[in-house]
Parts: sequence; C-alpha cells; structure tokens
Amino acid sequence: MAVCIAVIAKENYPLYIRSVPTQNELKFHYTVHTSLDVVEEKISAVGKAMADQRELYLGLLYPTEDYKVYGYVTNSKVKFVIVVDSSNTSLRDNEIRSMFRKLHNSFTDVMCNPFYNPGDTIQSKAFDGMVSAMMVQAS
Amino acid sequence: MMSPTQWDLPPELCCRPMAFVALTGLDVTYNAIHRAIWDAFCANRRADRVPISFKVLPGDHEYPKCRTKRTSYEWYIPKGILKTGWMNKHLNLVPALVVLFYELDWDDPVWKEKQSECATKVEIVRTSLQGRNTKVAVVLIQKKTPLPPGEDLVASERAASLCNACDLSGKSLFVLPHTDHLVGYIIRLENAFYEHAQTYYYTEIRRVKSHKEFLNKTTHQLLFVRHQFKIAFFSELKQDTQNALKYYRTAYSLVHELRTHETNMLEIKTMAGFTNYKICRLCFQHNTPLDAIAQFRKHIDLCKKKIGSAELAFEHTAWMSKQFQSFGDLFDEAIKLGLTAIQTQNPGFYYQQAAYYAQERKQQAAHMCAHEPVGSYPTPDPLETLSGALDFYGQRAWRQGHQSIDPPDAEKEKVGIQALQVKEKDVPHSELIIALLSNAVAQFKKYKCPRMKSHLMVQMGEEYYHAKDYTKALKLLDYVMCDYRTERWWSLLTSILGTALRCSYLMAHVKDYITYSMELIGRASTLWEDQKSRIEKNLIKVLMNEVPEAEPDCDPASAKAAQALWSDRVSLAGSNRFTIEVQDYVPFVQCKARFLSPSFHLDDPVQLHLYLKADCPHPVRFSKLCVSLSNQEYNQFCVVEESCKSQDILEPLSQENMCLVPGKTRKYSFKFVAKTEDVGKKIEITAVDLMLGTDNGRCVLLNWRGGGGDAASSHEAIQAARSFRSRGRVPEQHAQWDTVSIQASTMIISRVPKISVQLSHKPPALSNEMYCICVSIQSNEKTVAKDVKLTAGLKPGQDANLTQSTQVTLNGLEVCDESHPALLPDIAIGDLQPGEKVEKSLYVCCVTTGPRIFLFHVAYTMTTQAEGTDITCKCHKDETVTIETVVPFDVAMKFVSTKFEHLERVYVDVPFLLMTDILSASPWPLHLVSSQLLLAPTMVALDEPQSQVEHVVLQTGECASECFSLQCPPVLNGTSSVASGQYLISWKRKSSCADAPVVTTVVTLSHVMVETIPLYVHAELPSFGRVRESLPVRYHIQNRTGLVQDVEMSVEPSDAFMFSGLKQVRLRILPGAEHEMLYNFYPLMAGYQNLPLLNISLLRFPTVSGQLLRRFLPSRIFVKPQGRQAEDASIAAA
Repeated sequence: MAVCIAVIAKENYPLYIRSVPTQNELKFHYTVHTSLDVVEEKISAVGKAMADQRELYLGLLYPTEDYKVYGYVTNSKVKFVIVVDSSNTSLRDNEIRSMFRKLHNSFTDVMCNPFYNPGDTIQSKAFDGMVSAMMVQAS
Repeated sequence: MMSPTQWDLPPELCCRPMAFVALTGLDVTYNAIHRAIWDAFCANRRADRVPISFKVLPGDHEYPKCRTKRTSYEWYIPKGILKTGWMNKHLNLVPALVVLFYELDWDDPVWKEKQSECATKVEIVRTSLQGRNTKVAVVLIQKKTPLPPGEDLVASERAASLCNACDLSGKSLFVLPHTDHLVGYIIRLENAFYEHAQTYYYTEIRRVKSHKEFLNKTTHQLLFVRHQFKIAFFSELKQDTQNALKYYRTAYSLVHELRTHETNMLEIKTMAGFTNYKICRLCFQHNTPLDAIAQFRKHIDLCKKKIGSAELAFEHTAWMSKQFQSFGDLFDEAIKLGLTAIQTQNPGFYYQQAAYYAQERKQQAAHMCAHEPVGSYPTPDPLETLSGALDFYGQRAWRQGHQSIDPPDAEKEKVGIQALQVKEKDVPHSELIIALLSNAVAQFKKYKCPRMKSHLMVQMGEEYYHAKDYTKALKLLDYVMCDYRTERWWSLLTSILGTALRCSYLMAHVKDYITYSMELIGRASTLWEDQKSRIEKNLIKVLMNEVPEAEPDCDPASAKAAQALWSDRVSLAGSNRFTIEVQDYVPFVQCKARFLSPSFHLDDPVQLHLYLKADCPHPVRFSKLCVSLSNQEYNQFCVVEESCKSQDILEPLSQENMCLVPGKTRKYSFKFVAKTEDVGKKIEITAVDLMLGTDNGRCVLLNWRGGGGDAASSHEAIQAARSFRSRGRVPEQHAQWDTVSIQASTMIISRVPKISVQLSHKPPALSNEMYCICVSIQSNEKTVAKDVKLTAGLKPGQDANLTQSTQVTLNGLEVCDESHPALLPDIAIGDLQPGEKVEKSLYVCCVTTGPRIFLFHVAYTMTTQAEGTDITCKCHKDETVTIETVVPFDVAMKFVSTKFEHLERVYVDVPFLLMTDILSASPWPLHLVSSQLLLAPTMVALDEPQSQVEHVVLQTGECASECFSLQCPPVLNGTSSVASGQYLISWKRKSSCADAPVVTTVVTLSHVMVETIPLYVHAELPSFGRVRESLPVRYHIQNRTGLVQDVEMSVEPSDAFMFSGLKQVRLRILPGAEHEMLYNFYPLMAGYQNLPLLNISLLRFPTVSGQLLRRFLPSRIFVKPQGRQAEDASIAAA
C-alpha cells in the first residue's frame, strides 16, 4: 500500500498530493518533486514518433533507502507518482500497475466532471476516497 | 581539509597494494651513480612498469621482528580480528625482497677482500630478517660492460664463488653495468625483483593457509576472518586480484558469521566495512560495477540494523554515513576512469544517503550528548592507550582485546561512553553534512537531476541555518526559491520561505525580512491563517519602524541576539526606504493595470484602470500609489496619494480609498489627455509603485514592472480563461479580478478626420495615356481646416519598377516624360472653411500594364477641445485606389504576297504587302488620330504610304486594318533576315477633351527573311476571260543571276482551256535578260477556272522548283459565260 500518492500537472505542478499523516508531509513533497527529474528524462527518452505507443507505466523511478517511487504518465502528460515503503516487499509490479490503472480511471472521472477546470487542484470526494483506499491505513 | 576522524578508512586500506622491495647499499645522497640508479627505479613509474614500491634502506636496517611461530593454537584465544599495524607492516615495513647493491668488477684487484665484505653485508641483512621468508638478492654495480655470457671465464668463476660465499642462488645475483642504457638494465632488474616478490607472497599465502588445520570453530572464529583477510591482502600484493576478491568475499561472509554482541559490534562492523570496501574496489577495478553495487546493497542491508550500544547510536550513523561516502568516492573514481553512470544510478545517491546519515548522527548526537549531565571530559582519559593507538581495528580503548559478551568493568564502560559522547559534541556535524551535500549536488548536476539538486541545496541551506551561517543559508535558499516558484510547488516554497524568513530575522535584514514576509502572507503561501496573521502583524511593526516579534522555532539565544540587532537597526537613521521588485515573487498584493483600449484618438482622454487586491489576512493601508508611463509627463495624472500619519496605519476604515480589504478588488481610474507629439507613439506602463508605510517612518515601495502581474498571475489568467466560471454567474468581485487582463500599452492615434475625399475616374488606365483622376475634397469640420495639403500619386512601398514606370503630374496638357515623379507630395490646397469643397485633377501616365495602388493623402490641422483644454490636432485622411493599366489596342501585322497569300519569306525585288490590324482592347472608344509607317532602309515602299485609318474611332473589340505595298532591294547574301521598320499610331480616348495630348504608340515591326531568287516569272493577263473568246497571256521570265540559264518550260493541258503557243520549249536566257512567252488561251467553261499549269525548271538550279515560281503566277481566272448579243450592253455597263 502506498504511503504517498500524487497527481502532477503537465507543467509539473501538483494537482493532488496526499501522504500518510503519520510522517513528515514535506518530505514526501520533496520526494515526489525530485522524482519528476526521472519522469521527465524517461518521457524525453522516448522519441516523439514513438510517443503514441509509449507505455504509460514508467516503473520504478528510483529507490531510496526507505521508499520506492513509481511513476505513470498519461497521454496528456499528467503524471501519477506512488511512493511505497521499501520494507513492503510483498507489493508486486502487477499490483502497482493496477493501482495506477485505478488512479487513472478515477482521474478520468474527475476530468469528465463539467465543473472541474483542467489545471485546477483536484478536490473531488470520489477521488479522495479512492486514494484513501490505496493508502496505508494509519493505525 | 578536515583532519582524519575515527571513521575515515585507514590509508593503507585504500591504497593499491604493491610488492615492497627494499634497496640497500645505495648512497643516494653523496654518490652520483647511486643517485642515478635510484632515480631510474623511482622515476616514470607508469602503468607499463611492474607494480613495486621501492624504498632505500641502510644496510643495517632493523626490520620488524618476527614473532616466534606458534606451534599449536590449542590454548590460544585471539584478542581481535585484525591488528591495526598489520597492513602497514606488509606494505611498508616487511619487504618481499632485500636487494644489496655492491660496487664490484670481476677483475677487481682486491677481489678476495671485496668478496668477503659483500658476504658480511649479506649476512647482516639476513640476521635482521631472522625468521622471515624475505628473499635477499645482490646486485653488483660494475664499471665495465659485461661480455656475453659464457665468454668471460673469470666472471663465471668469480660469480660462482661469490654466490657460494654469500650463500646465494645464482638467480639472486645480478650485474648492473652503469654505462648507457641504465634504464633498460633497471627495467630488466625490477622484472626479476618482481618475480622474487611474487614467490615471496606466494609462500606467505601458503604459510597463512597452513594455519587453518590447527583452528577450531568455537574459539578461533576471529582467526578464520583474519586469515582470509590476510590471504586476500597478500594476493593483492601479488597482484592476483581475482583471488584477492574471492578471499575477501569469504572473509566478508565469515565476518557476518561471528557471534555479535554489544561489546564487539563495532569491531565486526569495522572489519565488515573494510572488507566491503576492498570487494567494491576490486569489482570496480574488474569493471563489474553491478557486482560492486550489489555487494554494497547487501552490506548495507546486513549492517543497517547492527546499531550496537544505544548510548552510542551516533557512532552507528557516523559509520553508515562513511560507508555511503566511501562507496560514492569509489563510484566516482571509477567514473573518472571511464565508467558510465546513469541518472538513476550515480554517486550522488550515495553522497545523499551519506548526508542523510550524517544528519541523523547530528540529531542523535544532539539528543544523547546534550541532555545528559556529561558536562566535563572524564579523567583519566579512558580513550588513552599505552601506545597511543588501538591494537585491533574497531575495539574500545578501555577494554582492548576483550572478547566476552559482558564488559569487564561496568564503571569503566560508563566513563568510556561518556568520553565518546563528550567528544561527539565537538564534531562539526554541519560541516560534514554540507560537504556531503555539496558532493551530491555536483553529481546530480552532472546527471540531469535539477530538482534533486534544488532539494539538496535546500538541505544545504537549512544546514547552514542550523550552523548559524545565515548569509550562506540565504544565498542558497534564494537561489533555489525561484525554481520552486516557477514550478508552482507552493508547499515547498512556503517551507523554504519560512527558513529564509528566520534567517533574515536573525540577521535583522530588513529588506529580506519584508520580502519573505510579503510572500508568506500572500496567496502562494500554504501557511495557516493564524501564522499568516502573525507574520502580517510583524510586517506592520517593521513598517512602523518597530522591532518584530521573534519567529517561532528560533533558537532562544539567537533570537535574543537578534532582538538586539533589530533594536540597533530601528534606532539607526536613514536607509529606511526600500524598493522591492515584486514581479518575480508572489506578493500579498496583486496588481493589474490596463488601458481601456489598445488605442486612443488624440482628442479622447486616455483612460487607465488599476486594480489592486490584497491576499493577506488583515486589511492593509498604503500611502501612495503611482503609475509610471513611458512618457513621464503623464505620471502626474496617475497618482493616488494622501498624507497620512504613521499612527493611522492600523485604522483601516478611516480612509476607505487607501485601504485594501483582503479578498476585495479595488479599482482606481486615471484619465489624461495625450500630447500632440505623442501621436503615432505607444504609451507604455513602465512600472506601478505601491508605497507602504510612510516617508517619515519606514517606507517600502512595492514595484511592479510593466502593467503588474507576478510569478503566479499568468498561470492564473490562463486557468481563469479556461474556467466555466468566467462564463457563468459568480460572486461579483471574484470574477471581476479573474477577468481583468493586463493591457500595459496603448497607441495614441490621430483624431478621426472629418473630411471627405472622393475620387472620380474612368478605369482602367490605358498604357501611356494621361489618365485623369479627379479628387474632390470636402471639409465636414466645424472649424476651419487649416493648411490642407494633398499628397497624391503612386503609393510608396510597391514594386520598385512601378515607380519608374509611373509618372504623375497636375498638368494634363502634355505627355509626361521620365523627369516626372511617381508621387507628388504636399500639394498645397490652402484652408478649407466648414463645408467647402475643392477639386483637383491629377494626371497619371503608366508606361507598363498591371495594377497600381494610388494614394491620396489629405492632411490638415485644426483646433478642438478635449477635457476642457484646447488642443491642436493634426488630422489626415488616406484614400487609396487600385487602378489597372491595360494596353489600348493590339497590333497584329503580317506579310502577304500580292495574291494575299501568307509569306514565310519575301523575295528580292518582288513586291509584297504588309498588312497591319489594330484591334481595340480598351473598354472605352478610341480615337485613332493617324498612323505612320517608318520603313527601315532595307524596305522600300512601292508608292507613297498614306495612313488609311486617320480619324477612325474604334469601339471595344473593333479592328482597323491597313495595307502597304513594299519591296525589298537586293541583299548581300542569298538569304538574310532584315528589319522592317516601325509603325506609329497616334491616338487618344474618344471621351477626352480636345486639347488632351495625343499619345503616340510605336510598334516595332518584325524582321522578315529576304531571299534572292534566280528566276522571276510574272504573267500579264486580263482580269477576266470570256467563254470562247481568246484570252492572251504573256509570261515574262527574268534571269536574275549573272549566268546564262537553261530553262525548260512546258504547259500542261487543261479541260477548261484550249490554247495556242509553245507547249514545251527549252530556251536559254542571258544574264539579266528577260524572255517573253505569249499564249493564247481559249476558255471553254465559265466560272473560276484554273489556268493551264506552267512548269518551269532550271537545269542549273534544281532546287528552284516550278512550284515556287508558280507562286508568282496567277493560278486561276474568272471566265464569264458567253453572253447573248442583246445583253452585251448591260454586262458592259455592269
């Protein structure tokens, strides 16, 4: 289960960022922000011609001592970042993928809301609930 | 550089081990030959030389004593894993080989004495190496070049005797002639030394391995590790890195098999760290970086949890930090030697992690060393040892060699820990952290991680803040702040700003303090409302020149010092005025300025609206608002100012206009009349200044460049434009702010002219004619239009060729020539009274066809009123018209024979006709005044050519034709192309007035081919015949050559005629002569009848066919029927 989930706009500012409340929130913000370096590099590594066939899931961005950071980029260049605890070894690649898929679906729902202005921060309750379900439950 | 600490790896571990060879018997100080030999050994030791470290030692040097060899390990309990001196001993103290240099030639006169002296020296060396396996070799330095082996019998004999005397094998005796090629000899020598050294290390490895059988697993666990490490180290000395790696790996796994407890944790970790370092180093050396990384990860995973004594937890983090740092160093070194790293796997991560552990260490140190009543350093010093150093790596000074689970003496243990804690307090933690961070920054910069770099720089800045170096902290934070601002990561920006604010507070930097406060209470800040409120109150205090309250989370002592600094700052007079450029921040007051229109007419007042909105929690008052414009004369109209006293600053509602209520948009309108000289210029808002505070207190000028906006506003504008809210119903003031867009410049354009310019003309223009355009100007102004001027002609800026081919004049009576301009500027018209109308005719002559744009520009001045002042306006009105120019007519011409047959070429002295057709292409009727044919000298007119089209009027599409009879005089060659001449047509428009000039159009007639013919035939016959009446036909045949011509003639029979005359004849015509043939034809049928064909052939000119000549002859004739007698008269009349 994730300890931090973030949605980053095309222009690289955060649309939504949520972390487990037990730990330093700022640290996760920095982790997500620095992971954008790798995301940018991975997107630019895929040539423009191949952009259409690009896989959205970017895989493990980089491991830190304590966390693993995974990335996902939609076709409209909105980025999803999921941070999981390094000690959580039970989490497989497939599960991370399905988390991203869920996130993407829910994000699509947010975008479909006619009252949502693309580029604004996400304040949807449905999205929030979905993210909460994917987060490590604070106990 | 910092002095080496306990945690630094020992240099003997980090160096590359090389075989140690000692050279004795060399006097490098006073003997030049010895010096040269020594230099040859140590200079230029590049990679291609064998890896040996040489040392010059005196002959009687004492080598470290060898302990007596243990025969049994049965009762032996090891005291530690590895002695601290061991590596150094084998690198620098115990040689693999001792070489004795001795000057001795084979033919030395006192050979015997020298031999025994040498033997003695060897014996001395041997004695001091008692018990070691170190080899001894002798090098004889000789003056003479040796003979080839086997030839010098004396030499071989004496060599054998010397070996015998010194107890040396023949392989250990060398000869070094110090002639030329010294370096060559030296290289051969050192290769031989290297072999000896290899053997020595091999035997050492065997020796250590042989201990294994005596060991048992219960008491000698430490020795297993020690021996494997030693074997690996000897293998390295032997340059057998593959085996070295293997043994280090075994040693590494053995280290982790050791029983761990609190007392030996440090020793185990130290040895694990050493072994790990060696393994990683060798892996990088073998170019298997992934193995190195995997080993390091394993190492960290195994050791992470081995914290050891809780009271000395900072030691563990210090050690961890060092592990990461040294791996980072190894990685970096490998990269310098050619390894490629990638964005996600580069040394930066290891330095970053090292820094992280260093930070952790600092916290633990602060936690453990601060609160305890450690206070003073205990005496006697428990860390002091007899030798000044430890015996074994990673042991405690107060209980060296102790290997059981519990400490021997609880009291000593306590004092020892206390001593370590006190020492830890003095460690410059921040310095260590910053050094590691800056290493990491350098790496991440290299591997394209700008955000990681910024993050690390923030950490560096924060560390500087903790180290109380606020200037450096601010410098770093300032540097990265704008990255976070442009990327719109407000949470991170707020956190950085918070640190920056504390720094500026602690330094009492007023300007920085204000700048950071302004952003922290603005809309980009993610602080809570109560924090913002506190900061705003502090800001107001500063504006009133009072001391602000301390920032929370500041160190109380520093905060106290800062209070003093602030008090000094407050009492200081002067420099209380600050200008802060807020454009690049997100300040708490937003500003947008806009001109109401992108352009204003001179007689309309320029209107400017300025919008302000505060985002802070409490209302703010300002004392002045001014807008600076590109023309500073207008600035005076764009100021809001009220004299207010400094104590009013907290009473927001008293003066409504000068107060900004949070979240409410406030609009200020300015209006001014532009100056006449600014017509055509742009007026720009160069800056907006908002003054907070007062002139007599502290005053801060917020300065926006241009028409306002800040680091966040452009994005907000885009979002607002996209939002559905901008289209729907929304709370009043909110929408207003979002929908305001900045319009920072406006054009001043001239007053709208009230004058009409009308053009009348009859397009299209005909080329070369004087085309008349009538301009009528009528004033609709209420006052006199003064100084009216007309500029008329070709509009500038079109194709340059048009300027050359267009002429304009006011005089329509004569045709323009090239001296006339294409544009007539400033034709003075004079003053126009209201309603007055003036007409002007303009004549245009267009030489070439095609469209042209003509400009009619009427300018005048007049006086009007705007905002109660009289202003003089210059007005102008432009009319343009596109006029197409077409040719008036097309002229076609052709050459035909006298029989009106088309001629490809004409013949010398044979008359022909020139026909011209003038086809009108003009939509208007054309009056052809006259035409004229100007013949070239190569053409002659047969009669006086007269114009046949004089005063003809051509309607559109009508054609006028003329015909001229011409002849060509003889030409030089048989055939040539000759000029025909020119055809002049004078014409004008039918509609133009009588005195309009006549236009003459010149048409150049085409060239024609002229050919000389040898024979010319022409016939003489009546214009018609009559059935059954004689028709006499006379053929004239001319010889036009200078030769006598044989001509054969025949007449073919015809059904329509009977004839008399010669049917077939052959005759001879003299040069220039003419022969005449007479035939009497008798027509038999009426109507057009073909005449009997006359065939002529020239025997000399077979090319001239009868066909050609026949063209000169009529081919048929009209034959009238035979009339009745009675009708004869009527026919004759017809």
